[in-house]
Amino acid sequence: MPKLPAPPIPSSLQAPPPRPGESGGKPTALDHAAEAGATVVDWVDERTSLSGGARWLMFRKVPKGTNWFYTLGSATMFAFLSQAVTGVFLAMYYRPDPAGGAYESIRHVTNEVFLGQFVRGMHKWGSSVMVILVFLHMGRTFFFGAYKYPRELNWVIGVVLLILTMLMSFSGYLLPFDQRAYWATIVGVNINGTGPLLGPYLSDFLRGGPEFGATTLSRFYAIHMLLVPGLLAALIGAHLYLVAKLGTTAPPWLKAEKSSELREADA
Amino acid sequence: MSGKHDKHRSKYTLDRRYPGAFEGETVTRRRFMTVGGQSAGGIAAAAFLLPALGFAVGPIFKSTPHRWESVGPEDLFNPYNYVPVVLTLNPGIGEAGKTTAYVRRFNAAIDTDPYDRGAAYIAISSRCAHLGCPVRWVDAAERFICPCHGGVYDLLGRRVGGPPVRPLDRFYTRVSNGVVELGPRFSVNSELRRFSPRDPAEPLDGIGQYAYPSRPGAQKP
Repeated sequence: MPKLPAPPIPSSLQAPPPRPGESGGKPTALDHAAEAGATVVDWVDERTSLSGGARWLMFRKVPKGTNWFYTLGSATMFAFLSQAVTGVFLAMYYRPDPAGGAYESIRHVTNEVFLGQFVRGMHKWGSSVMVILVFLHMGRTFFFGAYKYPRELNWVIGVVLLILTMLMSFSGYLLPFDQRAYWATIVGVNINGTGPLLGPYLSDFLRGGPEFGATTLSRFYAIHMLLVPGLLAALIGAHLYLVAKLGTTAPPWLKAEKSSELREADA
Repeated sequence: MSGKHDKHRSKYTLDRRYPGAFEGETVTRRRFMTVGGQSAGGIAAAAFLLPALGFAVGPIFKSTPHRWESVGPEDLFNPYNYVPVVLTLNPGIGEAGKTTAYVRRFNAAIDTDPYDRGAAYIAISSRCAHLGCPVRWVDAAERFICPCHGGVYDLLGRRVGGPPVRPLDRFYTRVSNGVVELGPRFSVNSELRRFSPRDPAEPLDGIGQYAYPSRPGAQKP
């Protein structure tokens, strides 16, 4: 069985080598478990070569001066993952029924289901958290100049992700189907309709007809839990790939270091 | 590139220097297979994408049947003030499918506009022409007032303040066996000229009537 090369982790975190005489002892259950885990990982890696990609993604060189602002992108991604997980479980209880079933199912989740209020609360407040994090992440990218060559495409993907996040917020707002959800959606759809020429068709597409109708809620539900999350997940993958491929930028307050030859020339 | 097949090579494909390009062929077999395979994939993808897309955008082109709904006996309404009535625009979805209209009898002193002549009743939609919130008739002010963004309309539904882009929509009315019935919705511009129903926030004056086309399935009033 081929052994994986050791990942480049700091020596202080690596396990110390066995002391003389220690290796002669009988392997404990923990050793067996560790060996079994390594065997499984090796088995998968031998057939997929995934470890190379994982190391390429995880163990990147980052510029000097990297600080906490650089975690805003990951924070946004974890907000998205939280929304995805809580959303999947909320979908197990939710009924997109405009004749009262939708509101009733949300009331049931909030008041009667075990931890329902907590999971729904995470989804509801998490959506605001995600939007705030998206904007902070965008601000960091802008003020650090991290959108410049060669990262323009990643900025463009980020803008599409921002629009999709807004679409998630808009489509999710209708689902509780209370008064606020209903009227906010009426207003939101009509704002879409203010676009000349195509606006009226866009409104009709969103409502599924000329008026708020029987299929409007299920349309919003499908957009909210199938269409947009799939696009979001795919584009987050592309966004991450480009980050790993191009690397991150140094903060703008760090001056580029001169190479040793130039320093010698100065001297 | 010389061999026993050279004399069979097609003059059309000589420059490509592929093996297996023979006399009479205008395209190499490799290219034919590439184009053929990609076309087959494209056709297969279009075979499910186009119907699915049409399925999703279909409601835009569907025309909805006209419904007439009774809202009350004739003596319920007067020519001087509005009476609110509840209409069902979309049956089967409960409260979400209902809307309010304000109805009064035709009043020759107020309804001087030629387009209103001949109507026995005036029915004003409560859907604000700004972004669709429900307006309320305030008797003391003789104004329709929108709670959302402050749109204000006069007795005829014409905008007198706030952000709305056109007067309030109206409904066709008719009387059947002494009962007032409300029919399809229509929109009006600032001169009360009638148009097929438009969504809120779509102006109908000047270039607006062309920038915001009517629904393909909507019938002209």
